[in-house]
Amino acid sequence: MSSVTLNNIVKRFGNFTAVHRSSLDIAEGAFVTLLGPSGCGKTTNLRMIAGLLDPTEGEILIGGKRVNDVPIHKRNLGLVFQNYALFPHKTVAENVAFGLKYRDVAKSDIPAKVEAALDLVQLPDVGHRYPKELSGGQQQRIALARAIVIEPDVLLLDEPLSALDANLREDMRVELKRIQARIGVTTVFVTHDQSEALAMSDQIVVMSAGRVEQVGAPEDVYNTPASEFVANFLGASNILEAKCTGTRADGDVTLEAPIFGQMTVPAAKAPRVEGAGPAKLVVRAEKLLLSKEKAAEGVVSVPATVETVDYQGQAVRYFVRAGETQLQAINMIDGHPFAEGSQINLHLRPQDCAALPGE
Amino acid sequence: MSVEAREARQPWILLSPALGAVTFLLLVPLIFIIVYSFWLRSAIGGDQVGFYLDNWQKVLTDRFYRDILLNTLKIAAVTTFICALMGYPAAYFIARSKGSKMVLLLLLMLPFWISYIIRTMSWINILGTSGALNTLLVSVGVISEPVQMLYNEATVILGLVHFLLPFMVLNVYVSLEGIDTNLEDAATSLGATRWQAFLQVTLPLSLPGLAAGGLLCFVLGAGTYITPVILGGPRDAMFANLVFEAIITQLNWPLGSALSLLLLMVLGVLVAIYNRYLGMSQLAKGLG
Repeated sequence: MSSVTLNNIVKRFGNFTAVHRSSLDIAEGAFVTLLGPSGCGKTTNLRMIAGLLDPTEGEILIGGKRVNDVPIHKRNLGLVFQNYALFPHKTVAENVAFGLKYRDVAKSDIPAKVEAALDLVQLPDVGHRYPKELSGGQQQRIALARAIVIEPDVLLLDEPLSALDANLREDMRVELKRIQARIGVTTVFVTHDQSEALAMSDQIVVMSAGRVEQVGAPEDVYNTPASEFVANFLGASNILEAKCTGTRADGDVTLEAPIFGQMTVPAAKAPRVEGAGPAKLVVRAEKLLLSKEKAAEGVVSVPATVETVDYQGQAVRYFVRAGETQLQAINMIDGHPFAEGSQINLHLRPQDCAALPGE
Repeated sequence: MSVEAREARQPWILLSPALGAVTFLLLVPLIFIIVYSFWLRSAIGGDQVGFYLDNWQKVLTDRFYRDILLNTLKIAAVTTFICALMGYPAAYFIARSKGSKMVLLLLLMLPFWISYIIRTMSWINILGTSGALNTLLVSVGVISEPVQMLYNEATVILGLVHFLLPFMVLNVYVSLEGIDTNLEDAATSLGATRWQAFLQVTLPLSLPGLAAGGLLCFVLGAGTYITPVILGGPRDAMFANLVFEAIITQLNWPLGSALSLLLLMVLGVLVAIYNRYLGMSQLAKGLG
């Protein structure tokens, strides 16, 4: 178990810069997710930590030691790939035992360690089988067993759940988190799936176009996005051009926003807004409530028309129009959704909004 | 016609051109050859139709034929071994090269654009007594007189390697190309060096390609006729040259038929043994 530090890392491929100067501290035992769309540099970062790629500039430290010049086979890392990368010509037991052969493990101890690892991933009876005889989910468990049996300093997971189908993915998410918590290994998880990131991580690193956009706990990244990109990438948000009219004594920020008018956003949700000037109001789709009723005290209410209804069972995604602006709202429902064309009121509590500085 | 009947017929319709070609260009001539091998060439010329075992007795008992057959198999085996040693690294390099893969494959195909005979004869311009190598060695003073380097077993093997190497490279390349590069990365992340990862993972997974390439080189090498004629000496005749000699020079079709059937049977048995012990289907199983 070790901490991981990236110090002013830059990675260029020819003229293309995959990772712009970025630094990152991953605490010992933490579960950290690199989240972003494809091409954002998250996998490049992971492969540099693994030693599969060399950084163009900067330092990588594992457990406080610089590892730039340490080849991959001496870094003692567990690596799990999206396509499992199990050795097809070896049995499951031989796959799991592979890394033990290169370590100071007595030959007689290997079977017991393999068995313990297979128990941990809840597949105790498949040692004699070949990988292709197992399902995708089982193969990924074996890949995990193979990576953790060597007791790695850091576990690196490259989109390990992406190849699985939806139901299995959610089960494996819980399973993976359980195993990680049990062995307490420092884990770097790469994904483009925001729900995986929110569900599993101690910390999320949101990346875009080779840059780190925001680092924080899942709740912080979700509730207080540091940029328009983060606000849009994690969940659905409405971002409105607004004007900051001032900062109050308690730090809360007052905004003049289209449609909603005068809004006061709590200081904690507008950390980057400094004084009067252009700003952006971030309204999460699930904070925008459609209602036929009048709003309660302290809730902003504006009339709007339902344009499109995207029914999802327990929830509905509405596209509504208020004046010139189209907004997105996601509401939980237990009856029928509002019909397209209905006249409704949009309810919004100002304290649920966040604010970003404008350009 | 019912749907089932139509579906049952479809594979046969698709197969019919190939089946026709195999039947009329391979099976029927083969039956002719089998029948021929039991006829007899009479002393006054012309073939005696009948069922004679004389040709078979001759090709199976004459030491001359046996020695040339064994030598042919030895040359084919040595050629295959050299092709494997030279071809594997080349195939690995092509499979792992990124941008230039298509160019490299094109270069590999390039020799096929020139006649195999021309390619074989070009060695005379390189190794002959007035060839490039001798001229160079004489001019820098390493040797005072040109040396005869051609017309021996080594140049026959050289010519065969030249001819067969692309087949080996292509077969190995195809199998390497099918191996996920993550497998080697996974192996090194588990503590294996690049070389250990290659030996433990890539090499065993590419064995089907190596085996297929080896088989192709061996069979084509053992059946070769042109190379020993152009690059071999009088004592370097290979088995196919005996067939040519019997049929074209001596006009003895029955004997030539028996000889070519013997070569066919020996190669057939070797391929069967090879398949049984190198177990290509067994190897392919793991690849799923």
